[in-house]
Amino acid sequence: MTGIVKRNKALSVSPLKSSQTVGAALAFLGLARCLPMLHGSQGCTAFGKVFFVNHFREPIPLQTTAMDQIGAVMGGDDNVVEGLRTICESHDPEIVGLPTTGLTEAEGAHVTRLVAEFRARHPEYDHVVVVPVATPDFKGCLETGFAAAVAALLETVLPKAPARRVGHRPRQVNVLASAGLTPGDIDEVKDLIEAFGLRLVVVPDLSDSLDGHLPDFDYSPLTLGGTPLDEVRTLGDAAATLVIGASMARPADLLAARTGVPDHRFDHLMTLDAVDRLVSILADIAERPVPARVERQRTRLQDAMLDAHFALGFARVAVAADPDLLCGFAHLLVSMGAEVVAAVSPVNAPVFARCPLASVKIGDLEDLESLASGTDADLVIGNSHAVASAERLDRPILRAGFPQHDWLGGFARCWIGYRGIRQGLFDLANLRQSREPGHIAPYRSVFATEDPDVPGTPSQGARRPH
Amino acid sequence: MKAKDIAALLDEPACAHNDKEKSGCARLKPGATAGGCSFDGAQIALLPISDVAHVVHGPIACSGSSWDNRGARASGRALYRIGMTTDLTEQDVIMGRGEKRLFHAIGQAIGTYAPAAVFVYNTCVPALIGDDLEAVCKAAEARFGTRVVPIDAAGFYGTKNLGNRIAGEAMVKHVIGTREPAPAVSPDGGRVHDIALVGEFNIAGELWHMLPLFDELGLRVLGTLSGDSRFAEVQGMHRAEALMMVCSKAMINVARKLEETWGVPWFEGSFYGGADVSRALRGFARVIGDPDLAERAERVIAREEAKLETDLAPWRARLAGKRALLYTGGVKSWSVVAALQGLGMEVVATGTRKSTLDDKARIRDLMGDDATMIEDGNPRKMLDLCAERGVDILIAGGRNMYTALKARLPFLHINQEREYAYAGYPGMVELARQIALTIESPIWPAVRRPAPWHARGGPAR
Repeated sequence: MTGIVKRNKALSVSPLKSSQTVGAALAFLGLARCLPMLHGSQGCTAFGKVFFVNHFREPIPLQTTAMDQIGAVMGGDDNVVEGLRTICESHDPEIVGLPTTGLTEAEGAHVTRLVAEFRARHPEYDHVVVVPVATPDFKGCLETGFAAAVAALLETVLPKAPARRVGHRPRQVNVLASAGLTPGDIDEVKDLIEAFGLRLVVVPDLSDSLDGHLPDFDYSPLTLGGTPLDEVRTLGDAAATLVIGASMARPADLLAARTGVPDHRFDHLMTLDAVDRLVSILADIAERPVPARVERQRTRLQDAMLDAHFALGFARVAVAADPDLLCGFAHLLVSMGAEVVAAVSPVNAPVFARCPLASVKIGDLEDLESLASGTDADLVIGNSHAVASAERLDRPILRAGFPQHDWLGGFARCWIGYRGIRQGLFDLANLRQSREPGHIAPYRSVFATEDPDVPGTPSQGARRPH
Repeated sequence: MKAKDIAALLDEPACAHNDKEKSGCARLKPGATAGGCSFDGAQIALLPISDVAHVVHGPIACSGSSWDNRGARASGRALYRIGMTTDLTEQDVIMGRGEKRLFHAIGQAIGTYAPAAVFVYNTCVPALIGDDLEAVCKAAEARFGTRVVPIDAAGFYGTKNLGNRIAGEAMVKHVIGTREPAPAVSPDGGRVHDIALVGEFNIAGELWHMLPLFDELGLRVLGTLSGDSRFAEVQGMHRAEALMMVCSKAMINVARKLEETWGVPWFEGSFYGGADVSRALRGFARVIGDPDLAERAERVIAREEAKLETDLAPWRARLAGKRALLYTGGVKSWSVVAALQGLGMEVVATGTRKSTLDDKARIRDLMGDDATMIEDGNPRKMLDLCAERGVDILIAGGRNMYTALKARLPFLHINQEREYAYAGYPGMVELARQIALTIESPIWPAVRRPAPWHARGGPAR
C-alpha cells in the first residue's frame, strides 16, 4: 500500500503541476476540426498556447473569452456567448471545447447554462457541437482536466438513452487514451490493434492532430487532425473499449453506462505483463492468433530486459510526473528490479493504491530534489523543468511528461507496447551506465613510492586527479 | 487594483497611442483575441531582476504553464529560473486562506533562498476574492526583514501592455529611489556618467553586446528594467544622468515619472541595427551634454561601424534582394526594418499592431509612403501576403513560428523567447547569419516537393 505524503509547504517551488484547464484544452486538441476556447482572462489562453507550442512545436489553435475587469466582477456570460458566436462565424468549426478557469469558476460561471443561452440566441450555429467543462486550476492537474474534458465530450455527444447497438460493428475497438499517452504511444496502440485486423476509434486522438506532420494545406485555424465527431458517435457500436490510464475512469464509466460496450481497463501499458494482457484481449476480440510480428516484438522486449537488467537492477530512480505516468514508470522500474526512491506527483490519485511505491509525495520539483538527494538516487525521470533539478542533483535525466520545451521529439516518443518499453529500457540503462557503474575511489598504497605512469617520479598517490 | 488606478495607468500622457479616440488600449473581443494578460506583462517586465524571489500568488495555471520559459539571461544568481507560486487550492479559495498561505509562502521563500527582495504578483482568483496583497506584503516585510513588493497585476485587469505599466509603476512606487548608488570608481581615472536602461531584458544575453561599449565610454549602467539587473541596482536608478527607453513604449510611465520626480532626462532608441546602436550612443552623449563623451563616442562609433561593415560584407552579398515580411511590435517595427535594409534586403511589409503614429512615420521614411503595414496578425492574411509578394522570410514572434513553418516558409524568431542575441553591433552580424541559415537551408525544396507518385502539384506556398 502506497503511503501518501501531503503537501506541507505554503510555497510551491519549481512547480510540477500544470493546470486542469490546459489539460482540458489538450484533450480537445485531439478532436478533428476543433477550436478550444478557454473561459477566462486572455492570459490563460496565451500561456496555454505557448506551453503547447513549445512542447509540440506546432501551431496550437486556442481561443479565449477574454475576461476583463467588468466581466470578472459583473459576470462573463456575454463573453461566452459572444466568443462562441465569433468562433462559429469566423472559423466554422465542427466542435468547440469550452473549459473554465479558476477565475470564472470562482465567480460562479455556469457554462452549461451559457451554452444553452448561446443555442437560444444563435440557432444558426446548432450544427456546431459545444462542449462545456468545469476545469478550475485550483483543483486537480493536467491529467484530471484532460479526463474531465473527455467525459464532458461523451456526455455531450452520446445520447442519454440510446438504442443498444453493442457489437453492431463487431470489428471496432474503442480506445480511451489518457493524457499520459503521447502521440507516439497512440500510434503504437493503433499498430497493435490493426495488426489483428481490427478497426479502432481513439478518443482523443493526438496521434492524428499533434503528431508533428506537415499537412498539404498551409494554414488552419482549427486542429490539423484528430478524432472526427462522426467517429465519436459510433462508440456505442463497438465490440469493446480499451481504457488506457487510470485517470480515464470517469469517462470510461460514462461510456459504459451510455453504450453498454464492455471495457478493459489498463492503468498503463509500460510492462510486459500489461502488454501481454492487452494482446490476449485483442486476440480474443479478433478471434485471431497473435500475429508473428507481434510475437517477435515480444521476444525482442524479453531480450532487452535480459540485457538491461544488469544496469537497472537495484537502480535508484527519482520520478516526478502526473499520476498515470508515475504509475507506469513505477511498474516498469520495479519489473526490472529497480527501485523508485523518490516519487512526486502534483496531485493524489486512486491509482497510487495499486502502485509498487512505498510512498508518493504530493508536491513539486523542490520536493523531488530533496527526496532524491536524501536517498542518493541514480537518475531522474521528469519533464523539462526537472532538467534543472537533475543538474543540481548532478544526476542524468530521462525526459517524460509535460512540458518538454528543450527537447526535440519528446512529445512524440513512445513508451508503451513491446517496442516502446524496449527503447525505454535501453535509454534508462544507458543513462544508468553513464554514471560509472561500480565506481570505487582509487586508492594508492601508502607504501607506493613511484608514480606508475611515470617511472622514477615521486608518487602523487590518491591525490592524483582521476 | 481599483478601476480608477487602472484608468490612470491607461491614460499615459507620454504614450502616443493615448489620443482621443481610444484612451490607452482598446477592449478585447471574446473568441478573437491573441496576446498575454496583465499578469504576463508584469511578470516578463520584472522577472529578469535576478536576485529577487518572484512569487506568483494564485492557483497553478499562472505560474505552472509560464515559469522558466523566457530567454532572459543573468550574469549572477538567476533566482527567477526557479518558479515560485502559492498554488492556491479549492480550500484556500473557499475558506479564504489565501492571504495566510501567501504570508507563509513569503517567509518560506526568504528562509530557503535568502533573496534580495520578494516580488509578489497578484493574479485573477485572489484579486476576485479580495486578498489584500499590499497588507500581506507589508506584514511579511515587517516580520521577515526583507523587502516585499506587491505587484497587483491580475490577468483580467487588461492586456500585457497594461501589465508592463503596472510593473513599472510598482518599481517607481516601491523600489526606485530607495537606495543611493555607491560612487563610481573608474579604473582609468576617467570621468564616469551614470545611465539607466528601461525596456531592455537581456534576451539571449544581448545586453552584453552593449555593456563593453558603455564601459569603454565611461557610462556606468546604474540599473536596468530589467535585463541582468539586481534589486539594489534598480533601487538606485533614480540617480541616472540619462535614461534610455529601449525598443518599447511599454514602461514609458517609468521614464516619465523618473523625469518628474528625480529630473532624469530620457530618450527613446533601439539597439537593433548598426545605425540605431550608433544613434543610441550619440543619444547618451547628447542628453548628458558632455562634449568629451560625444567625441569619444564618435571614435567608438567609427571604429565599430567600420568593423561591422567588414563583418557584414559577405552576408550582404548573400542576402541582397531577399524579401522579408516583418511582424513584430512597437519600435522594432521600424528599427528592424532599418537593420534589414542595411543588409540589402527588401522589407515588403511590417506589423504595426503595437506601433504609434510616430513609429509609423518612421516606417514611411524607411519604406516609402506606400509601405504595407499589417495592423492585425491574422495568420491567414499574413501567409497570403507572403505568397502574393514572393516573401523569402517571415520575421516574427514565437507564436507565429509554426504558422510559417507549416506553410514551408523560412522564419526568424525576433521576440522575447528567442535564442540568439541581435542587439549591438555584433548582434547585427548574428541577425544576418540566422537569416541566411534559414533562407539558404537545403530543406526548402525537399519539404515543398510533393511525393513523386502524386501527379498533381504540391501544396501552395
